[in-house]
Amino acid sequence: MAAPLLQTRDLSMHFGGVQAVRNVNFTLAEGELRCLIGPNGAGKSTFFKMLTGQLQPSQGQVLFRGHDISRAHAHQIARLGIGIKTQVPSVFDGLSVRENIWLAASRIHSGERVNGVVDEMLERIGLSGAAKRLVGQLAHGQRQWVELGIVLSTDPELILLDEPAAGMTHEEVHKTAELVREINRSKALIVVEHDMQFIRMIAKQVTVFNQGSVLVEDAVENIMRNPLVRDIYLGKQAAA
Amino acid sequence: MNARALNLLGLGLVGIVGVTFLILTPRFAELDTLLELTVYMIMAILALSLALIWGYGGILCFGQSAFFGLGAYTYAIAMFNIGESTLPLLLSIAVPAAFAALLGYFMFYSRISDVYLGVITLTVTLILFNSVNSTAGPEFHIGVARLGGFNGIPGIPPLNYPGNKAAVIDLEGMFYLSTAALLATYFGLRLLLASRFGRIIVGIRENERRAELLGYDPRAYKLAAFTIGGALAGFAGCLFANWGNFVSPTIFGLAQSAQIIIWVIVGGRGTLIGPIVGCIGIQWLSTALGANQPSGSDWWTKLLANAPFILGIILIAFVLLVPKGLVPTLADFGHWLLRSRTRRVATGLKPKQAEEG
Repeated sequence: MAAPLLQTRDLSMHFGGVQAVRNVNFTLAEGELRCLIGPNGAGKSTFFKMLTGQLQPSQGQVLFRGHDISRAHAHQIARLGIGIKTQVPSVFDGLSVRENIWLAASRIHSGERVNGVVDEMLERIGLSGAAKRLVGQLAHGQRQWVELGIVLSTDPELILLDEPAAGMTHEEVHKTAELVREINRSKALIVVEHDMQFIRMIAKQVTVFNQGSVLVEDAVENIMRNPLVRDIYLGKQAAA
Repeated sequence: MNARALNLLGLGLVGIVGVTFLILTPRFAELDTLLELTVYMIMAILALSLALIWGYGGILCFGQSAFFGLGAYTYAIAMFNIGESTLPLLLSIAVPAAFAALLGYFMFYSRISDVYLGVITLTVTLILFNSVNSTAGPEFHIGVARLGGFNGIPGIPPLNYPGNKAAVIDLEGMFYLSTAALLATYFGLRLLLASRFGRIIVGIRENERRAELLGYDPRAYKLAAFTIGGALAGFAGCLFANWGNFVSPTIFGLAQSAQIIIWVIVGGRGTLIGPIVGCIGIQWLSTALGANQPSGSDWWTKLLANAPFILGIILIAFVLLVPKGLVPTLADFGHWLLRSRTRRVATGLKPKQAEEG
């Protein structure tokens, strides 16, 4: 069996006395698409931050293709091939859509080639017409697309998506699901999402986080039926 | 007209105005006016150094005068020891650049917050002021150059043509040199900012975390920009030491540091022409106010002669009313005019189309 693309060993993070992530052992195969679900505060975003070098784990290891990246800087990890779309779109608000994509594409391409790649990406995310507009002036959904375009332009091996469908219209959610499946033809993905409908559209395997640990890991249809998951996740939603 | 054409038009305009100014001024201006204009040009280079690192790099440096002063002192000390100005000129750029690189390395690689960065740069400037200020005794000398403490270093030998000690650059020559240097700095920075490096610097200013997650190391880019800014300020310092043939510790003082920031605020961050306009405008105003000695005892003549007071009011007015600065606000106004004109044209067309339809 081939070595996993990503593996964490006893990964833990605590802020003062609060244990945000606790001994997570997580494995992702090459080309896999995995969904991560769990209630707010389950540690999903902290987990993502440790995978991308934005936080240094208190304990444990992150292995990317067998290399230990737990102590690497965020820019080094990005160069190794992990890209992330954050929960609140992290884009260059004061710059145009085109400049946003250009900044990403020019990290891996040079010279005249960059402009061609940028044009293709603008087409792909459906923002060719808005290329000259400032990203800060776009609607929330469009900013999500810009960030997705930025992440894809650096051509990562593994893409982390933190709630890509949040705040999107029904139609946009469908479009996003379609794009995620398309990306998955060539890349591995980990997707954090609350929208169960969206998860059903894209996922095969789902990992459930609760209180910083992995509660259960199973195929999507079993997760939906799992009473434990219903309790901590769906139950909470019903109560809210 | 698209953005690219507007950009080229602006560049061409600056070039034409700059070269015309460079060629014509010495023919029509008196020598004292020329001297005054020379120092404006030198200070405008200093303003550009902060325009780069603060306006584009987002690094609020209160210590640009530290590099300016270091450049001036380095030139003076090297000139007394060497006698020929080629090496002193290069040193006056290299020493502040190296100092900026060292300071920047500790600031950026330890990831201190922006506020502390401002405090540290200001403190470094004041430390330099105090250190140099207390070197009045004869025991403080570097080679044959005495540091002079609060008395400063007088009689600094002027620049000469490279390799020829006897061919000294005179006052008119200093005007040409300073103006040409300002134009070269302006166009050089335009090129730098249009390059990959310049665009990434702006990206880091806009969203450092995102730039990092794309694989750029913000620390290295900021350090490079900071070092270039230090080198430019040092170069301006060298020209300044030449202009007055004198340098004193007040060059490191709080007033000097604050002034540079005011130039950039008034002219507008995120532009290059803004800080030049702000710098020249404020200096001209200070000179005009300073020259206006109170001749009468009326309260308003006294008030007008109080330059710091008037400048303070201007600064507060700008921060409150024109926070983006002069040039960006004018540009916004220009865009608004253009848009409202196109709107009028568009609405003017509609009835006609209706008639035809």
